[in-house]
Amino acid sequence: MADQLINQLLWPIIYILCITVPLIIAVAMFVYWERKVIGWMHVRLGPSKIGPFGLLQAFADVVKLLIKEVILPTKANRFLYFMAPLLALIPALAAWSVIPFSSKMVLSNANAGVLYLLAMTSLGVYGIILAGWASNSRYALLGAMRSAAQVISYELAMGLCLVCVLVLAGSLNLTDIVNAQAGGKGLFDWFWLPLLPVFVIYFISGVAETNRAPFDVAEGESEIVAGFHVEYSGSAFAIFFLAEYANMILVSFLASILFLGGWLSPFQGWIHADAPGWINWIWTGGFIWLFIKAFVMSFLFLWFRATFPRYRYDQIMRLGWKVLIPIAIVWVMVAGCMKYFGWVSIGVGA
Amino acid sequence: MNPQLFQLICFYAFGFVTVAAALSVITLKNTVHAVLALVLTFFSAACLWMLIEAEFLALALIVVYVGAVMVLFLFVVMMLDIDQEKMREGFVKFLPVGLIVAAAMLAEMLGLIGVRAMHAQVMGANPAAVAGLSNTAWLGQALYTKFLLPFEIAALILTVGVVAAVALTLRQRGDARYESASQQVKVNPRDRVRIVKMAAERPVDESPAPPQEPKP
Repeated sequence: MADQLINQLLWPIIYILCITVPLIIAVAMFVYWERKVIGWMHVRLGPSKIGPFGLLQAFADVVKLLIKEVILPTKANRFLYFMAPLLALIPALAAWSVIPFSSKMVLSNANAGVLYLLAMTSLGVYGIILAGWASNSRYALLGAMRSAAQVISYELAMGLCLVCVLVLAGSLNLTDIVNAQAGGKGLFDWFWLPLLPVFVIYFISGVAETNRAPFDVAEGESEIVAGFHVEYSGSAFAIFFLAEYANMILVSFLASILFLGGWLSPFQGWIHADAPGWINWIWTGGFIWLFIKAFVMSFLFLWFRATFPRYRYDQIMRLGWKVLIPIAIVWVMVAGCMKYFGWVSIGVGA
Repeated sequence: MNPQLFQLICFYAFGFVTVAAALSVITLKNTVHAVLALVLTFFSAACLWMLIEAEFLALALIVVYVGAVMVLFLFVVMMLDIDQEKMREGFVKFLPVGLIVAAAMLAEMLGLIGVRAMHAQVMGANPAAVAGLSNTAWLGQALYTKFLLPFEIAALILTVGVVAAVALTLRQRGDARYESASQQVKVNPRDRVRIVKMAAERPVDESPAPPQEPKP
């Protein structure tokens, strides 16, 4: 009994902690990196005072947020007001359970992994809407309204992109999708090449889905103060922050897994050498490759934020419905043809 | 703990949540709370389907209903200006109608289950498991081979519904100002902004030179 309890309960919890704790630390360091990168792009220094190179800035901010008072606005709906940050955070963390870090390192190798991810990312919008409504504030409600319409619109484009990927890979399992991108042509075997427009659309939708610049009308500072979380302070605000950044990192990982070969090496099949394990991963692939790819993708988020002005709201809708979705629909058919006529090789065997 | 017992416990837990949430949909005073209870009902129903390994149906329920339909629903309800007291007034008036509907539904369901029980139709083995496929893969193959025509007809009906909804709501007022997005996109910045080249500083001879800082 005790044995089973340890196997079925304790180990999964330890695995979950092995993902979420580094994720939360990664979020803290990502915030630091964001401020630093945007600072450089603005020809500023960015945070530089706390710790070496300002490295401890993020942790100082976290401590500051946690010891601040959490304010409940008058006539706010108490239960929903405190529920909303959790509803934003839980799907953002739960989505990580199906992410394969390498061929063996995956918490839940679910058959319908892609569908599960779509389900989890679509749940995150509840946190935003409820935060906007429960705050009893006009700005917050406006932000929530914009966010809901935007997330639902771009979810369609994102779903169609995922359809393209799973048509080519022939599976909804993320491990299988990565394995379908293996082959002897290195990085040209990955799905970014046959699905290049889809890759672009996916990432744009990912940026819109996480409400990041240039699609950050949900919290457009110059128009509606801070949007849906304008009334939140202290740790409640910190949880929204954590959820948003966890989602950004998730989208980066997903773009790497679906289109950039996941843990596969860009030199796969080019080098056949026997080397010890600590150097072998460079050509046989390993989780470090996934982290490098995800890091590059997440850098794009920061780059966008420092470069692009915010979209006007009607332009966001136009881009989503009239540009991205039609292209994605066409490419679903193209992907079907690629699969049917065998224009692209899938997996090592083919 | 053996897996079957665990599944049974899960079934009762999710079943209890489903029923409780469904009840609170009709009993909660606050309409937003009621919609959220409906969301919870859908979610736990999806968990119940997950237990019988109908993973595609469960996840599709979450993606479509919980993730999209209910969000819009929630929005409409949030925008409503409802007088809570007035809403509760009609309870006695509508009670007989509600009871009749409830009784009819109960009779129908009992009849259906009764007919099932009479035929004693034992549910066959999970066809996906028999075919050695995952639930989603099996469902996809079934939909696109055996049930292709009904599937396409359903898709067509949905498309007609979308077109009809757009046609009903798309009314352009004559005096409304309308901007063509394509024209906006095609705008050349040079038509709008004139960039003037000029020196960053005024010529030196016009202003007196600032006093030189003494070099340390």
